[in-house]
Amino acid sequence: MSDCDAAIVGSGPAGATAAHVLTEAGWSVIVLEKGRNHLLDLEPPFGPLGAVSNDELKLTRRHFLGPDPWLEPRTYRRSASDGDRLETGDVNNLPSTVGGGGSHADGKLPRFREEDFRILSHQGAVEGAELVDWPFGYDEVEACYAEAERVVGVAGEAGANPFASWRADPFPMPPGPDMYCARLTSEAATRLGYHPYRAPTGVNSVEYDGRPACNNCGFCAYYGCPIEAKGDPVAPLRHALRTGRCELRPESVVTDVLVDGTGRRARGVRYLDRELDLHEISARHVILAGGAFETPRLLLRNGLGNPDVVGRFLSFHFQTFVLGIFDHRLHGHRGRAVTHLMDDPIVGDGDVAAAARDAGLPFLRGGIVEHGAASGPVMEALHSPAGPMHSRLMVDSPLRDCMAAFTMQGEDLPVATNRVDLDPQVRDVYGMPAGRVTYAPHRHEVACAEHWAPRLELVMREAGAQRTFWATSPALPGTRGDLPGFRAPMSRHIIGTARMGDDPRTSVFDRWQRLHGIDNVMCADSSVFPTSTGYGPTLTIVALAIRASRALAGLDPLRSNRARP
Amino acid sequence: MAGPVRFLSPQEHAVLEAACERCIPATDAHPGARALGVADYIDGLLGAFLVDPPRIWAGGPFSGRHGGEPGFDTYLRLSSLEELAWRTRIEGSQGIPERERLGPVKGWQQEYRDGIAALGADYCDCDGEEQDRRLDALPGFKALCYEHACEGAYGAPEYGGNRGGAGWRAIGFPGDVAPRGYTDAEVSERP
Repeated sequence: MSDCDAAIVGSGPAGATAAHVLTEAGWSVIVLEKGRNHLLDLEPPFGPLGAVSNDELKLTRRHFLGPDPWLEPRTYRRSASDGDRLETGDVNNLPSTVGGGGSHADGKLPRFREEDFRILSHQGAVEGAELVDWPFGYDEVEACYAEAERVVGVAGEAGANPFASWRADPFPMPPGPDMYCARLTSEAATRLGYHPYRAPTGVNSVEYDGRPACNNCGFCAYYGCPIEAKGDPVAPLRHALRTGRCELRPESVVTDVLVDGTGRRARGVRYLDRELDLHEISARHVILAGGAFETPRLLLRNGLGNPDVVGRFLSFHFQTFVLGIFDHRLHGHRGRAVTHLMDDPIVGDGDVAAAARDAGLPFLRGGIVEHGAASGPVMEALHSPAGPMHSRLMVDSPLRDCMAAFTMQGEDLPVATNRVDLDPQVRDVYGMPAGRVTYAPHRHEVACAEHWAPRLELVMREAGAQRTFWATSPALPGTRGDLPGFRAPMSRHIIGTARMGDDPRTSVFDRWQRLHGIDNVMCADSSVFPTSTGYGPTLTIVALAIRASRALAGLDPLRSNRARP
Repeated sequence: MAGPVRFLSPQEHAVLEAACERCIPATDAHPGARALGVADYIDGLLGAFLVDPPRIWAGGPFSGRHGGEPGFDTYLRLSSLEELAWRTRIEGSQGIPERERLGPVKGWQQEYRDGIAALGADYCDCDGEEQDRRLDALPGFKALCYEHACEGAYGAPEYGGNRGGAGWRAIGFPGDVAPRGYTDAEVSERP
């Protein structure tokens, strides 16, 4: 008799979704979250705790959503030639808290497109990267995307994005209000022949699933929502808890997946509680949902999974920021942080094809472009100089209230040497080796940024910006931003470190996200993505977690409400 | 709101205040660091553990400035590990083995004590040019001081700085606005 049907490691979008699907199917689950719980009461009726707030210091300066980089440092280097590490501390940290990355995201939730699932067939190979097709196609996932949009509660406008793949259902909610600055930039983009659209967003535009409509407070990206207008992952987590079959244990750090004597079956997990006492849970299944940084770290520590692949093909998004300074205030602090997207750099055009040829690459795939604004005044002040200029710049606010921002989430090609492994010296407060990132962009990503940045600057100017400039994350060596402490990528999109595939020699998990060789270990997070695509990963994490968890529980596959057109 | 001086002596506080004023000077349109209580903010941070719960994370979900019950004044409890991290940052490792896992840490308390001492007991009496010269001679301390001064000028007033929200008012930032938020028209239309 096991303690539970499934032990779930991590309570972010992946783990919360798995908990929701499995408890609905009658399974008992224990969710182990290493971070603290600031999200919801763990007693019925599982209401909000009231801890998150519109507080720039707490949320962006004092590690409220974790992880504290001194307690749980990560290390970073661009390549082995940097030595053991270049940086120690915060390396693209997603929150470590009940709700995981979902709690800080502003909830832009686009679907991937059909070609993303067969990228190698669609685009062809590129030297220096290991592009592969996904083991299944968009058609097999469409119904799961629809279910993910219902569970989280996504506001959007079907048909608004001319490049979107087919969908069977309307969005559960209409889109929320357009930000003023995104109206300027999206109208300008349309005039220049691009195709911006209202971003599908997991933020309530109307009351939904017992949670209120967004009040447009503006503290969105990097902040938890004080009124629970953001559905992910509070919605699936609360649904799971309400079944009475889900137990959530915060401040529980899983140290090991326990495997039986045959080496073919997991029997549970071992974890440290808040007093640093060790416990074991026996479980029929173990579900890894710690994200694409912590999942390979756990596998590597335990020697599980194909050792030639675990940790490799680490992808972020190669971010290009194009900033426009206007001669009037844009009040970007009102409303959600981003309200419009455009896919044009992913889809490409004749210009892009020519640029790819010039760069000696078979193609250039940029990423989705987010139309948004600058962030809070503490951040603005830190980017302003000390001394006489300080107060004048803060009053005029070129770096905040008069600034609009494009962020292109450039598709990051899978490169074998880009990886998570275990740092040889640095340890976390639990005594475990810190995870180490070794990452440098493929030249494809750099060429995309160089192609698109000037074009996006033209859009900014068309929108009325007086001055424009651009930067990337990670910063290119020798450019603005290439400074100690800021050299690691900052995307908060972490992907691909235990890719799935049908061949156990070249992948870690199979097409149902089960570990090759130990099929009662499933991975629900973005570690399994074979490629990064140019879209934010969260909705696809949720959709795939629904698909894999339903299969695990023996439920029929979801079917789309109408056939593919 | 702005708490009493906690960690620094009145003399140290005065020197810190003068140094912060050089980083964030008063203009006709913008109060300087002194008027904003930036040194009180920093002192509150250095003395965060003199109160319980420590003044690290203000509560929520609302401040009461735009509706809802005021919750920011009630500080949240830290876990024992979080306390270890914040005490290490603020108090330094002081030879305590569990604080030296990543090597010795010179805490902010000592950084400020040393930096303020290096600026000189006569710092407040110097002219601006001399004050800048002395501050520029301590680039590490100036960077730390500026970072915290920015937090103190534009963070929530409950942390001791940004007195009465004057920092926000000067720059046209409304601060925390939940639960009122903004109407759809306020989001979409030109101000």
